[in-house]
Amino acid sequence: MVETYLRLVGARLRGQLAYRTSFTIEVIAQAVVQAIELAAITILFSHVTELGGFSADEVILMYAIAATAFGLADLTAGQLNELPTYIRTGSFDVLLLRPLGTLPQVMVGDIRLKRIGRTLFGLGTMVYALAHNDIAWSPAKAALAAVAPLAGAVIFGSVWVVACAVCFWIVEGQELANTVTYGSNAFTSYPVTVYSGWLRRFMAFVVPGAFVAYYPALALLGRTDPLGGPALLGWVSPLVALAAAVVAGLVWRFAVRHYRGTGS
Amino acid sequence: MRAYAHLALAGFRRYSTYRQAMFGGLAANVVFGLLRTAVLVATVAAAPVAGYDVAAAVTYVWLGQGLLSFVVLWGETQLSERIRTGDVVVDLSRPWHLQAALLAEDLGRAAYAVVVRLVPPVAVGALLFPFRWPEPETWPLFAVSAVLGLVVSFGLRFMLNCTTFWLLDSRGVVNMYAVVSGLLCGLIVPLAFMPEWARDVLWATPFPYLLQAPIDVFLERDPQWTVLAWQAFWAVVVLAAGNLVLSRAVRKVVVQGG
Repeated sequence: MVETYLRLVGARLRGQLAYRTSFTIEVIAQAVVQAIELAAITILFSHVTELGGFSADEVILMYAIAATAFGLADLTAGQLNELPTYIRTGSFDVLLLRPLGTLPQVMVGDIRLKRIGRTLFGLGTMVYALAHNDIAWSPAKAALAAVAPLAGAVIFGSVWVVACAVCFWIVEGQELANTVTYGSNAFTSYPVTVYSGWLRRFMAFVVPGAFVAYYPALALLGRTDPLGGPALLGWVSPLVALAAAVVAGLVWRFAVRHYRGTGS
Repeated sequence: MRAYAHLALAGFRRYSTYRQAMFGGLAANVVFGLLRTAVLVATVAAAPVAGYDVAAAVTYVWLGQGLLSFVVLWGETQLSERIRTGDVVVDLSRPWHLQAALLAEDLGRAAYAVVVRLVPPVAVGALLFPFRWPEPETWPLFAVSAVLGLVVSFGLRFMLNCTTFWLLDSRGVVNMYAVVSGLLCGLIVPLAFMPEWARDVLWATPFPYLLQAPIDVFLERDPQWTVLAWQAFWAVVVLAAGNLVLSRAVRKVVVQGG
């Protein structure tokens, strides 16, 4: 079973590496997308010393965790953006006929390795941010630094699945889904203290965006939450990720059961 | 001339057909507007930055969210696809000037975008946050500035699409433009926030004139007539350059058939 998926992914990757120049340009373009957000943060911090109560290096740490997590999620769950096309053209029916799960099939169906550009840029920035912040390192914190982007990727991936499942009901739902997926990436790049009201409640806790970068970064930095949350929150991202994945799986199953072909 | 007016009308009608997609796009505009407002307001809350207080920052964000769909900040590939498939031969053999015809259609599309993509985000921003409304005499200047911004944007997109004549696949070029245009045009952060060298470089290119310039006119930042004159200058330059590129391309078109 796992072997089947590895073969599918392997075939895709070999295909994409065949055009080396085009591949290199696309990897760079993806890194630039991510770099522009960092440029924006740097430009803003050339005029202020703190944003939402956090220094430039602290915000860059949050941005870097979010960027790495989003890059990883984009690499796998990003394929879900093609779901409306699958549904409209009827090729989703083909996936249903195969003896493999529909969700993993969509995810590995057309993995775009070029998206590694985002992840690499995120990782590079994370190394910078971890070195430039005053972190009292311990084995637990080292583990947290490694696990946080992965847990974040699972959270982003789950958000992606739930958002795109909307496309089973609304054919033109892709832009709505993008609002939640790319929107949560933009949200998590800054401390949640910058936002307020229902926007913060929704993006930080309903979509568990605060657990991608904000709380893990607080734990790494050894800072207390200005919003009064317990210190424990910095360490629960993997559990939140697990819960998000379960919810996403259930939503996907419900959506697929509801699915009726377009009849074309 | 009448033919071009009809084309503009056709552009208006064509885009008004996709209502569901429009609502999705509008929702995205508004959510990103809320997120960007929060970050920018946090930046200027303590003290104004580069002449932007909270109201100016809010106005900048929501006007930008509206204008980005009006001027089309990302690169569209409609003409590029027709060049790649060879359909462009049909377009070239019609009794019109291709660039003028596409501009007319884009003006029609933009007229529709005013109603559904420009006004709603600005209304949301103005309802939810402190907003900087301009003096009455600024309104016509802003309208002219927005249209000039659209023409500059069209001119750049037209040239990007024309690269397909040589590259056969210009997706890489168009994607790169989509990636960097947000920063270069002043959508992501106000140009005034940037370091002086970056401002000097960018204002010497056409990019700020398609988004930052209309916003500056609305916010009554700079001498407005100077901004408008520069916009008109760049509009002429990019249209003339596009025309030149097209005429060179036409001389080398090889009909592939099939």
